[in-house]
Amino acid sequence: MKWRHKDLLDVSQLSQSEVMAIFETAARFQEINERPVKKVPTLRGRSVVLFFAEPSTRTKTSFDVAGKRLSADTFSLAKSSSSLQKGETLKDTALTLQAMAPDAIVIRHWCSGAARFMADRLDCAVINAGDGRHAHPTQALLDGFTLHQEWGDVAGRTVLILGDIAHSRVARSNVHLFNKLGAKVRLCGPRTLLPPAVKSWPATVYSDLDEAVKGVDVVMCLRLQLERQHDGLLPDLREYARTYGLSARHLEMAAPDVRIMHPGPLNRGVEISSDVADCAQSLILDQVASGVATRMAVLFLHMTRKGEE
Amino acid sequence: MAKIDLVVRRAKWQGRDVDVFVSKGRIVELADSKAELDTGDARVEEAFGLQLMPSMTDAHTHLREPGFEYKEDIESGLRAAAWGGFGNIMCMANTRPVNDTDSVTDFMLDKARKAWPNGPRLYPIGALTKGLKGEELAPMAELARAGCVAFSNDGVPVKSTELFRRAVEYSSDWGKPVIDHCEDPYLGVAAGINEGEVSSRLGLPAQPDVAEALQVARDILLAEYLDIPIHLAHISCIKSLDLIRAAKERGVKVTAETAPHYLILTENFLEREENEYDTNAKVNPPLRTEADRLAMIQAVNDGTIDILATDHAPHANYEKETEFDVAPCGITGLDTALSVTWELVQDGALAEEAFFRAWVTRPCEIFDLPMNRFQPGDPADFFLFDPDEEWTVSAETLHSKGRNTPLLGSVRKGRVKTHFLRGKKIV
Ligand SMILES: [Zn+2]
Repeated sequence: MKWRHKDLLDVSQLSQSEVMAIFETAARFQEINERPVKKVPTLRGRSVVLFFAEPSTRTKTSFDVAGKRLSADTFSLAKSSSSLQKGETLKDTALTLQAMAPDAIVIRHWCSGAARFMADRLDCAVINAGDGRHAHPTQALLDGFTLHQEWGDVAGRTVLILGDIAHSRVARSNVHLFNKLGAKVRLCGPRTLLPPAVKSWPATVYSDLDEAVKGVDVVMCLRLQLERQHDGLLPDLREYARTYGLSARHLEMAAPDVRIMHPGPLNRGVEISSDVADCAQSLILDQVASGVATRMAVLFLHMTRKGEE
Repeated sequence: MAKIDLVVRRAKWQGRDVDVFVSKGRIVELADSKAELDTGDARVEEAFGLQLMPSMTDAHTHLREPGFEYKEDIESGLRAAAWGGFGNIMCMANTRPVNDTDSVTDFMLDKARKAWPNGPRLYPIGALTKGLKGEELAPMAELARAGCVAFSNDGVPVKSTELFRRAVEYSSDWGKPVIDHCEDPYLGVAAGINEGEVSSRLGLPAQPDVAEALQVARDILLAEYLDIPIHLAHISCIKSLDLIRAAKERGVKVTAETAPHYLILTENFLEREENEYDTNAKVNPPLRTEADRLAMIQAVNDGTIDILATDHAPHANYEKETEFDVAPCGITGLDTALSVTWELVQDGALAEEAFFRAWVTRPCEIFDLPMNRFQPGDPADFFLFDPDEEWTVSAETLHSKGRNTPLLGSVRKGRVKTHFLRGKKIV
């Protein structure tokens, strides 16, 4: 298919058929990841800059592996090695990157809207790898892809997103994605960790986890930023773990074959109990594998867009 | 009768064609136009049916000098004012150094006189606390003697209600009103976006309207208890209006202002695909909802809001061309204020009397500044305005150094053609 988007800033920009196209492409690449030689020449000679202004080993490694398996050259521009700490503006960083003429830039930044800011100023593809609290489209796509691999279709299923929704780009993107795929979305967390206008979101909101988890097909735990206690949003971690931590007890209340997801890295014993994280229904490691395939698909579709015109 | 030295012919004023007679910088008479008129050796300004307006007063401007001349300086700010229809400009104290000593006030007044000997007139607002730090009272007597017409901690709310109370009491000894920056410093963050659907979707830290209303409530209770007037700056939401309306009904001496952008823009501006994260719409207090906007217009009409003020806050392009979180708050406003508010009058949203009260008479009454109502003896401060001339808001058409306005690229109606202060042409 001819890909119409220069950038991937959020899943809200994608149609349902485009999401399915990403899944189909990812499924083809998933197969490569299972070969002994996990490399194809598809993007040979193309370059991808990994610009991570906020540290993230997982996502960055995932994109790096994805790029390399397609034979693209990947370059890192981490916060410590860039000039950001010396007060360089994002605009200057954009101009600098532009001058290096890469084919794609993967950006992670602590400010909402930063990926959009770069996309408006760069000719190459800009892939949002997480901007502030706004969006994390490839995480949502890999979550959707993981379930798509499990079930074939997620329409009609119920997904519970649990934890710090307010500060989570993962939650924001996943609410969009699962609605797009025809699933029902529930959100659960203390009021202090819900967005102020959560009522306007296409989701049902719960404050009681026992209620929220009833009959759901998936529980997606979010990582809790441990400093929320000091921001005055939580009493303490013990209270949080006992009230909003996912435990084996909750699995009984969910649908019989409930799947467990977590974007990682985990705080074991905080948002998720250790035995739940490791249980048979846990898809946490499948998510990591899907992450590489999904990011290969995203890089491929955005970087070969012009060539197919 | 005094010797007439200026006659403005055939201007439009409240639906009539009028001639204005000026002598020694003062209005002598405003009379229906006569076809034949012996103007003697007076200077004659043909208005050709342009709209006549008394010069407006902006009680809330940030001119950035000293300290941030790259954003705006007194000369450029007054130029924007002159072309914007403003005869009196009150400038806030958050300069560097802060205007908390008479030498800073003197410096500002001196700069203004040198740059614009005939105006627009500059009226500095002194700091309420030293360095705007909210720790010690500023020397308000000294500042009043140097020419400050009001005191304000604008930009940074005074956290201690005790200190704020003392500041209000102390300044009242010098007959100078306190202008309060209405923002509870402990609720939300001054993030430049309203807390609600748009901020939730964009994932931006935000400020709820109650942060403003809480401070408004505090100020009303203090003004009532102390029986001293307090002026409430840049009101933006219904919750504040309800409090102010009720306070006025029971006779509390509060006065209030809002800025033109709260009358014409809402948080939904940032909802538009092309304006997502547009830092030019980042302003403190933030743009609110459509219901708030309509209520603000109503409040200007019914007098709950006494005056309009620009809260002109110029910033350099590079400061705004950045992440939303990082960008400073503020909208440049002197150049566009007249056009956008007169458009509201033309559309029938804003009453013409309310427009004049809010821009001309009430600010002069509240802050005791020279005022022109075209009564004999009034200062001959007025301008001629073409309400139909269209112009595009752009770097070329703005006189301020600040181009930071969400109106950039939009077509406005109405341009100032010429401006007189005390009978002298300033543009
Ligand atoms: Zn203010």
